[in-house]
Amino acid sequence: MSMEKLFEVVEQAISVDQVISRLADPAVGAITTFVGVVRGETDGRETLYLEYEAYPEMAEATLKQVGQEVQERWPEIRQAAIVHRTGRLEIGETAVVIALSAAHRRQVFDALHYAIDRIKEVVPIWKKEVWADGEEWKSEQ
Amino acid sequence: MEQASIKVRVRLFAGARELAGTHTLPQTLPAGATVQELAERLYDAHPGLREMRLRFAVNAAYVDLGTALQDGDEVACIPPVGGG
Repeated sequence: MSMEKLFEVVEQAISVDQVISRLADPAVGAITTFVGVVRGETDGRETLYLEYEAYPEMAEATLKQVGQEVQERWPEIRQAAIVHRTGRLEIGETAVVIALSAAHRRQVFDALHYAIDRIKEVVPIWKKEVWADGEEWKSEQ
Repeated sequence: MEQASIKVRVRLFAGARELAGTHTLPQTLPAGATVQELAERLYDAHPGLREMRLRFAVNAAYVDLGTALQDGDEVACIPPVGGG
């Protein structure tokens, strides 16, 4: 992971602290994070692992767009950083980290909720669940 | 002289990539062809794509089906996304 980029698609493990560190700013008094991790079962069916695929150039651009939308709707959000991982992820590994900073804590939770919902709608990243007896691309759309 | 045809590069992802059996499909189209016309050609070649509720992006931005394509465009087939 690079230190400079606020919106990034990576193939290596994501460090939550490292994403938070990208928001370092003396004016910030609150940082909220959402950490999406790989769940081991869906609807009672055991997942062996997940395979994430991205259209990387467009995914980084749309993650940035989501960050801009957040700041337009919640002007008190000072900065956003979103890092999404691709490739094979094992159960319990971190798939996505969203971090939002603000001077004060009010409304940052709503903004965080909005950000994860928008990621699932517009960012060209796909998730395949792999089971012992099959696999399927999953979408909530 | 006006160009009679354009070349675009189609990129396929996730389920669309698996269905087509490739991640990239160069296509030659008549000048002025729209995304819709390209989509129909892809659906004829790979009928399963029609059922996938694809969105399309040109040069990494979502577009409407009526968008006219230009020579050298990169067109992405975007199945329903599922990040997070």
